[in-house]
Amino acid sequence: MSQAVREGWEVVIGLEIHAQLATTSKIFSGSATAYGAAPNSQANLVDLGYPGTLPVLNREAVRMAVKFGLATGATIAPRSIFARKNYFYPDLPKGYQISQYERPVVEDGSLEILLEDGTKKTIGITRAHLEEDAGKSLHEGLANASGIDLNRAGTPLLEIVSEPDLRSAKEAIAYLKKVHTLVRYLEICDGNMQEGSFRCDANVSVRRIGRTEFGTRCEIKNVNSFRFVEKAINFEVERQIDVLEGGGSIVQETRLYDSAKDETRSMRSKEQANDYRYFPDPDLLPVTITPAFVDEVRATLPELPDEKAGRFALHYGLSAYDAGVLTASRELADYYEAVVRALGGGGAAAKLAANWVMGDFSAFLNRDGLEIATARVPAAGLAGLLRRIQDETISGKIAKEVFERMWAEACEADAVIEARGLKQITDSGAIEAAIAAVMAANPKQLAEYRAGKDKLFGFFVGQTMKATEGKANPAQLNELLKKLLGGP
Amino acid sequence: MSLSRRDVEGIAHLARLEITEGELPVYVDSLSKILSFVEQLNAVDTQAVEPMAHPLEGETQRLRPDAVTETDQHAKFQGNAPLVAQALYVVPKVIE
Amino acid sequence: MSLHTRSLAELAAGLRAKEFSAVELTRHFLARIEQANAGLNAFVTVTAERALADAARADAARAAGRAGPLSGVPLAHKDIFCTDGIKTSCGSRMLDNFVAPYDATVVERLAAAGTVLLGKTNMDEFAMGSSNETSYYGPVRNPWDPATVPGGSSGGSAAAVAARLVPVATGTDTGGSIRQPAALVGISGIKPTYGRVSRYGMIAFASSLDQGGVLAPSAEDCALLLGAMAGFDPRDSTSVDVPVPDYAAGLATSLKGVKLGVLKEFFSAGLDAATGARVEAAIAQLRALGADVVEVSCPNLPLSVPTYYVVAPAECSSNLSRFDGVRFGHRCQGPKDLLDLYKRSRGEGFGAEVKRRIMTGTYVLSAGYYDAYYLKAQKVRSLINADFRRAFAEVDLLVGPTSPTPAFAIGAKVDDPITMYLNDIYTIGANLAGLPAMSVPCGFVGNLPVGLQLIGPHFGEARVLAAAHAYQCETDFHRRLPAGFA
Repeated sequence: MSQAVREGWEVVIGLEIHAQLATTSKIFSGSATAYGAAPNSQANLVDLGYPGTLPVLNREAVRMAVKFGLATGATIAPRSIFARKNYFYPDLPKGYQISQYERPVVEDGSLEILLEDGTKKTIGITRAHLEEDAGKSLHEGLANASGIDLNRAGTPLLEIVSEPDLRSAKEAIAYLKKVHTLVRYLEICDGNMQEGSFRCDANVSVRRIGRTEFGTRCEIKNVNSFRFVEKAINFEVERQIDVLEGGGSIVQETRLYDSAKDETRSMRSKEQANDYRYFPDPDLLPVTITPAFVDEVRATLPELPDEKAGRFALHYGLSAYDAGVLTASRELADYYEAVVRALGGGGAAAKLAANWVMGDFSAFLNRDGLEIATARVPAAGLAGLLRRIQDETISGKIAKEVFERMWAEACEADAVIEARGLKQITDSGAIEAAIAAVMAANPKQLAEYRAGKDKLFGFFVGQTMKATEGKANPAQLNELLKKLLGGP
Repeated sequence: MSLSRRDVEGIAHLARLEITEGELPVYVDSLSKILSFVEQLNAVDTQAVEPMAHPLEGETQRLRPDAVTETDQHAKFQGNAPLVAQALYVVPKVIE
Repeated sequence: MSLHTRSLAELAAGLRAKEFSAVELTRHFLARIEQANAGLNAFVTVTAERALADAARADAARAAGRAGPLSGVPLAHKDIFCTDGIKTSCGSRMLDNFVAPYDATVVERLAAAGTVLLGKTNMDEFAMGSSNETSYYGPVRNPWDPATVPGGSSGGSAAAVAARLVPVATGTDTGGSIRQPAALVGISGIKPTYGRVSRYGMIAFASSLDQGGVLAPSAEDCALLLGAMAGFDPRDSTSVDVPVPDYAAGLATSLKGVKLGVLKEFFSAGLDAATGARVEAAIAQLRALGADVVEVSCPNLPLSVPTYYVVAPAECSSNLSRFDGVRFGHRCQGPKDLLDLYKRSRGEGFGAEVKRRIMTGTYVLSAGYYDAYYLKAQKVRSLINADFRRAFAEVDLLVGPTSPTPAFAIGAKVDDPITMYLNDIYTIGANLAGLPAMSVPCGFVGNLPVGLQLIGPHFGEARVLAAAHAYQCETDFHRRLPAGFA
């Protein structure tokens, strides 16, 4: 799927990310925000837009928006305004969405992404504003009709709008992942893309290289995984270039990504409703954010992903790439640091821990679809295993086997080593005896080796390992083999 | 401002109001008159005047604590709904 | 003295003295409604059963020594306030089948005070009107002359109180909807400061202008009921957390030394001469009571009607979008698709004036017109507000007429929206600036009442009520009853 852009063309992408804020109640009402509740059981009078009801703003939603602003070096508006975005849609109970228009709470932030060639690029964040989510239209089980569930209506969203600074689908994904990591670090969004807590619309256009003005853009909606965002953008780029190279022109429109067909298509239903008649919501007063409030939020900021990655690289001697992988989530970084700490630190321990956390540990997590919190081997357990590699009780190869047992049985490394007799053989007498037996059993190979067929060395390593059930200390085995094969 | 029939049809569509053929000229006439009437505001010099969205100058938005205060009352709330199935509000098919 | 000619304070005193029971009082007023409502069309819903139950509860509370000052007092709510389990129509076909599943804060507070709900009163559809002719339930008639309008939009409440079918009623005022009908039927009506009375459960017309208030025979009655309604409500972001003074206790404040500003702009062309003469006589009487009367000018005030007819329709066009035939309210038969569902449900559910305002508002907010209309109106609103602020730096209260004419004939202005809108020329300013204002009866032109308007500074309800009370201590216009309703 190498998607080099066709020669002569440049891609321009801006992302609008909708992050559902992890509040317990809705942005303007006291209804719960829990996912997966029975239809309409979490929609109260305010959420339903009942006549006479009024919105009251959730403090936590404002706090979370400010937290995001601070983490992206943005300006926090001392006074921001809620506006009404007017349009008719069955999942929008009031006939307008309460959003922010002219004065959003967060403006002019940025994030740095790491490109494939190792260089960094700054992506501008135009604004991030608070708004309410809509409900859901369900189409199954009703003949020629749709059913409306308004549980999601009124869930707080932070809409994070980037500058059109992204130049490829890969950059878009790097940025999207960066924001995804950040909101979870800040604990303002659970980042669950399947449940729709973290969604993305992409504004995509293309232009001939050298042109300064932007091409006409299309907005792609409904992309709910990193992979699909990438595929949707790549499809759309190809489509637009095809149209333009064929002498056509791009129509500004909203397009829907269909993952089953891997294509985007025009959403005609959205075409008519584009005069949103924004105006300040008279039911809500201007939101004032004082310096004291900002300071209070600043005090709750955790170490941010970039700071953490920098510290990991410096302190643990890791490559920028490894540091990036290990800090992709706060939980993974915490796990890694707990392992290193348990090993007593040190450069070698840090490297060993990094290889294991990024390697087998992450692979097993993915395989079983588990979170760090529910991992079968806790940090102390992994450290216990790595300690046995360090003290040469077991080899790295045996360690993989031990780890698999630990994961399967949720037990300690030492218990597995003990029960299965996996302790490494470091007694040179025992290893020499094993080698002697192998040499005796393979006189033909021994003669060939001694006649100069060096590559048979590996054969003898394998045979001896087999004879010791893999437990011979590999370095010792090598040394002794060289000595004994060389002849008396 | 004098509105045309097309203008009024456009406004009625945006506002999702069905206007009958018979009603249309009445609205063309009255809406045109209302807009002409309010256009006397154009004569006022409002340079450097801040718009006033709200009579409570200086008041700011109160923030409520993040707490769930509601219980499931969908059966009661749906008592007013014209059409409900499986606790969902039913509408003609939404085409995306 | 028969029960219905007594003031609210007198009725409360009678209940306290156990001169009569709440049930007896309720039966008396229910009988009057039964007898006269068909002619006046003041009530949309009469809640007789509920009223008798409320009254019995109030009597029991009194017997148990738990009665409050308003326990057992009958009242009616404008049908714009949501009442749990009772039809709340807002005067519209759209909500003809709507039973509110909750109580408005105002309803809740007055119920908690032990009042007895007699019913819900007729009104202009969604409070859009100045004559009560836009109601789906037909026009309300003025008890002083059934051929004339009672004013609007709280016309049902006004007519019911004027005819003493109920001792007191709630109303709402977006551009004069309490004060203008109060003036036209010869009763007292107060719109408090914006933010004073919770808007929660009050079906919104124009959110930045709407304010709940009281229609009652006298200022004293207004003070009693307003005291029980007003106050901070955490469910309304525009509710203000300012302590509510004891309005009734403050009534005795003298007019001596109070500086009254006569608004020059309220006595210009358009004011009916006879009406103006009654208002001027009333001002002379206030001077005689010790007030210091000066003339003041609010030069931008004549722009309040055009400003209002941009701001109010803009807000209403958005507020009324929730009526879409999906969750509540009227839904058309057999919609063929979603667009048809919206257009026909709304087209059928709303009356002509509501549709006119929704369309006006939709237009002034739409792309390309926002700055020229909506933003411009918001700026002029600023200028009007600044005029009032300057005036209140000099005077304690502003006075003038409430309405340019007495009640007009039913049907006289229905075909001309601009003429109809100009009825509110003296009342809209207070809404734009969020000021407390009230109308009190100050005489008659022929047999039709005339109202005097008093406007106070923000949170100056007590001052307005005290001035009105001082005037009513010296006059008896508020005690007169229309023929046939004595």
